[in-house]
Amino acid sequence: MRKVMTGHKAVAEAMRQIEPDVVAVYPITPQSEIAEYYAQYVHDGVVHSELVPVESEHSAMSACVGAAAAGARVMTATSSQGLALMVEVLYIAAGMRLPIVMALANRSLSAPINIHCDHADAYLARDAGAFQIFCESAQEAYDYTLIAQRIAEHDKVRIPGIVNLDGFTLTHTSQVVEPLEDEAAKKFVGPLKALYPLLDVDHPVSAGTFAMPDYYFELKRAQAAAIEEVANVFLKVQQDYASLAGRRYAGFIEPYRMDDAERAVVVMGSTAGTAKVAVDGLRKKGEKVGVLKVWLYRPFPYAEVAQALATVQAAAILDRAFSFGAMGALYSDVAAALAHSERRPTLANYIYGLGGRDVTVDQILQAFAELKEARPETRLRYLGLRE
Amino acid sequence: MNEIRWHGRGGQGAKTASQILAQINLREGKFVQSFPEFGPERSGAPMRAYNRISDEEIRVHSAVYSPDIAVVVDETLLEAERPWEGLKEGGTLVVNTSCSAKEIRGRTGYGGRIVALDADRIARAAGTGFANIPMLGAVAAVLGTPWELVEEEVRETMGERISRDMLTKNIAALRTAYETAKGASDG
Repeated sequence: MRKVMTGHKAVAEAMRQIEPDVVAVYPITPQSEIAEYYAQYVHDGVVHSELVPVESEHSAMSACVGAAAAGARVMTATSSQGLALMVEVLYIAAGMRLPIVMALANRSLSAPINIHCDHADAYLARDAGAFQIFCESAQEAYDYTLIAQRIAEHDKVRIPGIVNLDGFTLTHTSQVVEPLEDEAAKKFVGPLKALYPLLDVDHPVSAGTFAMPDYYFELKRAQAAAIEEVANVFLKVQQDYASLAGRRYAGFIEPYRMDDAERAVVVMGSTAGTAKVAVDGLRKKGEKVGVLKVWLYRPFPYAEVAQALATVQAAAILDRAFSFGAMGALYSDVAAALAHSERRPTLANYIYGLGGRDVTVDQILQAFAELKEARPETRLRYLGLRE
Repeated sequence: MNEIRWHGRGGQGAKTASQILAQINLREGKFVQSFPEFGPERSGAPMRAYNRISDEEIRVHSAVYSPDIAVVVDETLLEAERPWEGLKEGGTLVVNTSCSAKEIRGRTGYGGRIVALDADRIARAAGTGFANIPMLGAVAAVLGTPWELVEEEVRETMGERISRDMLTKNIAALRTAYETAKGASDG
């Protein structure tokens, strides 16, 4: 049944249906409402999760690590500085191969302090070893929370997963969401199969061990294999979900009107929707333009991105954060994807929407207009910036 | 697609009215968005809220710059915020005021359709004191939303939060404003 709900509520609903054993969470704008909704569910006895109201995000992720290692299904959620505080322990969660799923309500990083959306927090956690999915809408945030849980807990994966949803733009906007029935959602996610749980005292194991130069490298290589495996599992789980829920989800990326596109923007998150509106407008005028939305950011879908852009003449890659001293992070990935392609577009890199700067259709139109004159260059361009 | 921009002050319930409107539109089978202007929320400070209503999936995620309807919940914002600016051609300015539409036209110079109603007086007469619900009724009337859907949704949403007596009073205020806006002559 279709309902009106915010992105927060959509994520909280998915969490309610997943009903993890443990939720350890600390409030931070614009994530707080997710924690508040879940605390209400616990209080009302709607779920039987252990809610751990920790004193910081570092503690939140530490509690998640302990509980997951013990054999529990675990979830959390955060934003911005909260994620920054979590990152130390997020690396540990990934290294210990713990399937902790978290919503990240994307928000800028200080200083200057700002509570609004950009992707600096997601980029900060980029190399931590968690898989990352970006959502365009509250519907996707709901859907991909369920999907992420299945992926994270898959036997061959067992790593943390981050579901990104744009702070305020998605978290605080009421929009139409069609959740699954509880039973269908629970059946889709299924029970957690605990692997080597610490509380299985009949089969004692060591966790969080020391590894010297003789083993550290091999253990990290095994971890790399685990996140590579996400790609295979993602497609299978996404397909299962799409047929169950009746969604048109197919692949790591979503090409929109790309079939004969000569110019394209590559983008993640809610801006993909705004870009689609810009494309619809230009298509009406006969311009051959399209959008390439990236759903799965880590592991990055190099081959699929290269293929989708092979016949495009010019592409604008939109990064909603700086990678200071370098080109944008998404741009660098797309450029790497195209490095071995014989046919590839001329690329432009735009930084946009920092600190909640409103992202408009006109800004996307500007990028498409400038792409007509695209020349090979290694410099940053900007959308919506006063200079 | 219809786009609406609400102008109110923190605490007057413009955001709540915007959210209830979205739920009313969902009952009509529409796709909807409702969101406040994102920023610090301070009681008494000028704020905006937005609605989008469409027969198709809504993909755009920016603020609303060219609304079809601008709603002024607090008359003191009329000169300060110039809420008619950006209104689409054929748009409507809905104002909570004791002035006539003609007087509002004189004050604003806005050439399009103006719906003026005294939502404060309607709310006081009904015994609720909050202008947001009558303004919601006025906007629903301007949109041409059937009364039954408006009443059903308000009963359901507000019924969970307030007493039966207060609900009846709010429905009365809603109805008066709905009928007033429906029959409003353009100044």
